[in-house]
Amino acid sequence: MPDHDQPGTAESRPTETGPSGATEAPHGDAAATSVTGATIRLENLTKHYPGAPLPAVDGVTMDINAGELVVLVGPSGCGKSTCLRMINRLIEPTSGRISIDGEDVTDIDPVGLRRKIGYAIQASGLFPHMTVAENIAQVPRMVGWSKKKVKNRVEEMLDLVGLDPREFHSRYPRQLSGGQQQRVGVARALAADPPVLLMDEPFGAVDPITRDHLQDELIRLQRELHKTIVFVTHDFDEAIKLGDRIAVLREQSHIAQFDTPEAILTNPADDFVSGFVGAGAALKRLNLTRVRDVEIADFDTVRVDDPLQDIFDKLRSGDANELLLLDQQNRPYKWLRRGDLSRVKGSLARAGTLIHDHVTRDATLRDALEAVLTDSSGRVAVTGRRGEYIGVVDMETLLNSVHEMLEADRLAAMEHRHSLEADRARRTRAAQEGTFTTSGEAS
Amino acid sequence: MNFWEYLGSRYQQVLVDTYQHASVVFQCMVIATVLGVAIGVLTYRRQWAGNLAITTTASILTIPSLALIGLLIPLVGLGVAPTVLALVLYGLLPVVRNAVVGLRGVDPALVDAAKGIGMSRTARLFKVELPLAWPPILTGIRVATQMLMGIAAIAAFASGPGLGNLIFRGISSLGSANALNQVLAGTLGIVILALLFDAAYVLIGRLTISRGIRA
Ligand SMILES: Nc1ncnc2c1ncn2[C@@H]1O[C@H](COP(=O)(O)OP(=O)(O)O)[C@@H](O)[C@H]1O
Ligand SMILES: [Mg+2]
Repeated sequence: MPDHDQPGTAESRPTETGPSGATEAPHGDAAATSVTGATIRLENLTKHYPGAPLPAVDGVTMDINAGELVVLVGPSGCGKSTCLRMINRLIEPTSGRISIDGEDVTDIDPVGLRRKIGYAIQASGLFPHMTVAENIAQVPRMVGWSKKKVKNRVEEMLDLVGLDPREFHSRYPRQLSGGQQQRVGVARALAADPPVLLMDEPFGAVDPITRDHLQDELIRLQRELHKTIVFVTHDFDEAIKLGDRIAVLREQSHIAQFDTPEAILTNPADDFVSGFVGAGAALKRLNLTRVRDVEIADFDTVRVDDPLQDIFDKLRSGDANELLLLDQQNRPYKWLRRGDLSRVKGSLARAGTLIHDHVTRDATLRDALEAVLTDSSGRVAVTGRRGEYIGVVDMETLLNSVHEMLEADRLAAMEHRHSLEADRARRTRAAQEGTFTTSGEAS
Repeated sequence: MNFWEYLGSRYQQVLVDTYQHASVVFQCMVIATVLGVAIGVLTYRRQWAGNLAITTTASILTIPSLALIGLLIPLVGLGVAPTVLALVLYGLLPVVRNAVVGLRGVDPALVDAAKGIGMSRTARLFKVELPLAWPPILTGIRVATQMLMGIAAIAAFASGPGLGNLIFRGISSLGSANALNQVLAGTLGIVILALLFDAAYVLIGRLTISRGIRA
């Protein structure tokens, strides 16, 4: 059994195995879909910058599963970027080893290595003198794809990151908003279909709303692609939202805790992690669950191009005294209440309450709660990729789900603590009896 | 004979000189550009090397052109050789300086991104760094060309080609009938050439600077 823990650091990472057991894949749903990612193994990775009194990264050992999104989170200057940049050898480690899919890449040609590892950075790093298409085409061209294949791939990638190829293909980076640039940056990183993607605070330079959208997009992408992603951020909420597992780093990249977001929230390893988690763990828990994980209810809908009479009849006769009015593209448009009928004089233009906010299935429950709280109807419409109506989520559903989740977390944490205690007791016993087994040492 | 009558009777000679003047400046600029950019590329990464390149080329520029050509004659003889050598040396400074400054000015995050997506050192240079440093380099080339236009006239001193011959002939026969006309024709020719070259650079800029970074 691979021993991915050094005896010396085992204590600082008591929750390494996680409440759900060590061998289980991080996604519950990953088993069904194909995983295109590769495993990454960092072994005692150390970087000592010349002239610095202490190493910037000191003996990091970490196993990252294929198809997993691992977030490195920690205070500024703790060596996250250094750690990440050693994986694609932008920074040469002082000592230690890196293997990807079992292959030791510590000494192979870094240029070839980097073409197999997507790299996305803050402020996108797009080349300003190249069009969007040229930017995306760089890596596929370098790895020798045919012109035709590259061209198709560019379109495909733009589509994937939610930009219309016809509109954006020949634009220059400066003709894009910050969020669009970041999308292109991700498209470029993914263009040659690398199994591994490294992202260094990629959404650090965009406004909070755009950042939120980009995070949702990344989650959707990852659901489709199952890359192995190492994502660096100093924002714990971002880590919670994105990570399958989170490595909380303290100074010199010492791992304070490496576990699932749930486990870190409910069972922080020490004061440092608790401090980093900050207040409001229950609220943060809402970031961990997606709208798709709760029950999306049906709702009575009508369309703006339905005959007025039909809409009237439905409102009067139906058991619900509220209807959801969809526009011609089936997007949620207005809530219609029975009381609104009086205001309809031959047209729906004045009737009903406009819907300002809706969420996708990938939105977090926190976003959904926010939307429910601000919407007068006490519920929020759930929409698909093109904004089309799918269903609704209401306050009651949200409350129930959150209670269930918190309860489950508590149980898991308790179980985990018990197993840790049992383990410790067994180890102590073994030590007392003088039969210190290697497996006992490793766990 | 007034100036226009002079031009009318000697236009063939004037045209030949103008053509040769343009040609020698153009060719020297091509050499100076290639050399200058190469020196820039080789030195910009190291602080001392880049600064040395700039200082050296700058000190060449402080040598009076007449003196430099005079000094070159015993080494390479008369005619085209000292002219070309002097012009190339003078043309280097603006190109080298702007190449070094331009290449150093490329956003390190972009170089990092280029590296990070797997571009080799050469690819980085040709696909990212040089295209981004190209606008200042082109400005350097433009400035150098303007300078060489004037300096090339001195080349006639070493029996070199160009409009300098008209000017020199005029000056040496000052007082004779066509002296002033010769000087005038040579000078005007240089000014017009300089303007034409400048217009050409504007066009080259349009064609070679990516729309994504054009001011
Ligand atoms: N190229 C470098 N040379 C010297 N020191 C560096 C270099 N890059 C980073 N450092 C130092 O290493 C430490 C970790 O930096 P970094 O990895 O960028 O941290 P983070 O990404 O977590 O903010 C910092 O103290 C920083 O000053
Ligand atoms: Mg950083």
